[in-house]
Amino acid sequence: MTQLPGLLDVEAIRKDFPVLDRQVHDGKKLVYLDNAATSQKPRQVLDALSEYYERYNANVHRGVHVLAEEATALYEGARDKVAAFINAPSRDEVIFTKNASESLNLVANMLGWADEPYRVDHETEIVITEMEHHSNIVPWQLLAQRTGAKLKWFGLTDDGRLDLSNIDEVITEKTKIVSFVLVSNILGTVNPVETIIRRAQEVGALVCIDASQAAPHMPMDVQALQADFVAFTGHKMCGPTGIGVLWGRQELLEDLPPFLGGGEMIETVSMHSSTYAPAPHKFEAGTPPIAQAVGLGAAIDYLQSIGMDKILAHEHALTEYAVRRLAEVPDLRIIGPTTAEDRGAAISFTLGDIHPHDVGQVLDEQGIAVRVGHHCARPVCLRYGIPATTRASFYLYSTPAEIDALVEGLEHVRNFFG
Amino acid sequence: MYQEVILDHYKNPHGRGLRDGDAEVHHVNPTCGDEITLRVKYDGTKIEDVSYEGQGCSISQASASVLNELLVGKDVTEAQQIQETFLELMQSKGRIEPDEAMEDILEDAVAFAGVSKYPARVKCALLSWMAWKDATAQALGGADAERKTA
Repeated sequence: MTQLPGLLDVEAIRKDFPVLDRQVHDGKKLVYLDNAATSQKPRQVLDALSEYYERYNANVHRGVHVLAEEATALYEGARDKVAAFINAPSRDEVIFTKNASESLNLVANMLGWADEPYRVDHETEIVITEMEHHSNIVPWQLLAQRTGAKLKWFGLTDDGRLDLSNIDEVITEKTKIVSFVLVSNILGTVNPVETIIRRAQEVGALVCIDASQAAPHMPMDVQALQADFVAFTGHKMCGPTGIGVLWGRQELLEDLPPFLGGGEMIETVSMHSSTYAPAPHKFEAGTPPIAQAVGLGAAIDYLQSIGMDKILAHEHALTEYAVRRLAEVPDLRIIGPTTAEDRGAAISFTLGDIHPHDVGQVLDEQGIAVRVGHHCARPVCLRYGIPATTRASFYLYSTPAEIDALVEGLEHVRNFFG
Repeated sequence: MYQEVILDHYKNPHGRGLRDGDAEVHHVNPTCGDEITLRVKYDGTKIEDVSYEGQGCSISQASASVLNELLVGKDVTEAQQIQETFLELMQSKGRIEPDEAMEDILEDAVAFAGVSKYPARVKCALLSWMAWKDATAQALGGADAERKTA
């Protein structure tokens, strides 16, 4: 087996993930390379979910009985774990949502309904980038359409990086919010946060970071990032689906208005008006995803027991190996940075004229799971003049042997359609 | 699912390219980004030509080629029966094993029977057929024309 410096003890880690033992299509070993879409879940998370339902299930924040108090402690305990995981100055800055999309929509709606100085209106501008996931494009398009604000964006260079050459024209005194992805889900690019934030701070704009492809793969420190909002989702980091996070700076969360109204987000309610609970509860209307939050807490415990710096090093070694091996495949073109430098472990590519759906289907027949399509980032495909890509993405349990299997699988695809 | 017949049509498509028509439609399959622009030309109720241009996976492109081969020269009533039979086969989730009667109707299109087991790919196979149905409704001015994106 190929040995690379920096790799984790993958054999031991894989034992924690029951699904990785699965065979598909009559006895083919599953090679799961679709981690940017969702990660697999370790036994520790599955156990936390079933233990929660078997022993503690109750609604949170509203009962005086034992189960209600224990369930509340577990749910709020998960908030503590998230706060520590991202080095948030306060646990009250961690809002649970259902996913990163909801987190980003929440920011857009806070700003749309806000008073000055945060209010986004027809005299102001919103800035995003051409490499955003649709979840960081559409909420801002909606906000722009509803308020009359102007939507602007950074374009891309030919090698898959942000073109910041016109940063002073894109981010201006009119800019209210700059929202961008830390690690691209389609290109794999790691973006230069500091440069963008420095310019945003110069003009007094808020900064929102989509960390969906970053939080699962590298140490996160929201204080070091210096952003105002950071969004990510649980299911890409070994947690269950249905749980996401929005971190926001405390004074902003105090000033900004709620979006969803309902139970739990109030202080008092009369038939004429209501007052609101302090953050984060102000932004968590209704019964939250309790078991899912507990599961996310267990996922964070799991990831931290391994170490985010070690996971980052493991994936970096795999990415270096993968770009080298993929370069050996004739007609293969990587869409995005072609080296592992400032790059995450999601690698998109095209293979000659063979349509990615055919690539994915033939790989699947060999047990290799990749994602094909536009990866909810269609503007990137348009930018590079391609209908879609095939994407292989790795995680802490991925191995060099799986990359070898992918390369072999692609040879088979070429022979099949050649 | 990749029958030799399908690969043949993919590599050597019949009737590809846009020619004169009475109606033109553009259909997309948003899950894969498959696209087709399709024109129909009628002589009364007889299909004189189905021309198309598109991009997409082998299944969507081969299906358009099969459609051209199968429907050009036929009367619209017969073509509609073929379209309905193909639709029925593609929606069968692999449960229909085409018999001789079906093979007589669908000819090369029976090769797509295996695709019906793959829910993600059924729309690829149906793309051109839904486009043809739409274009036909427009060309013949069917009042009950159903606008449908496959």
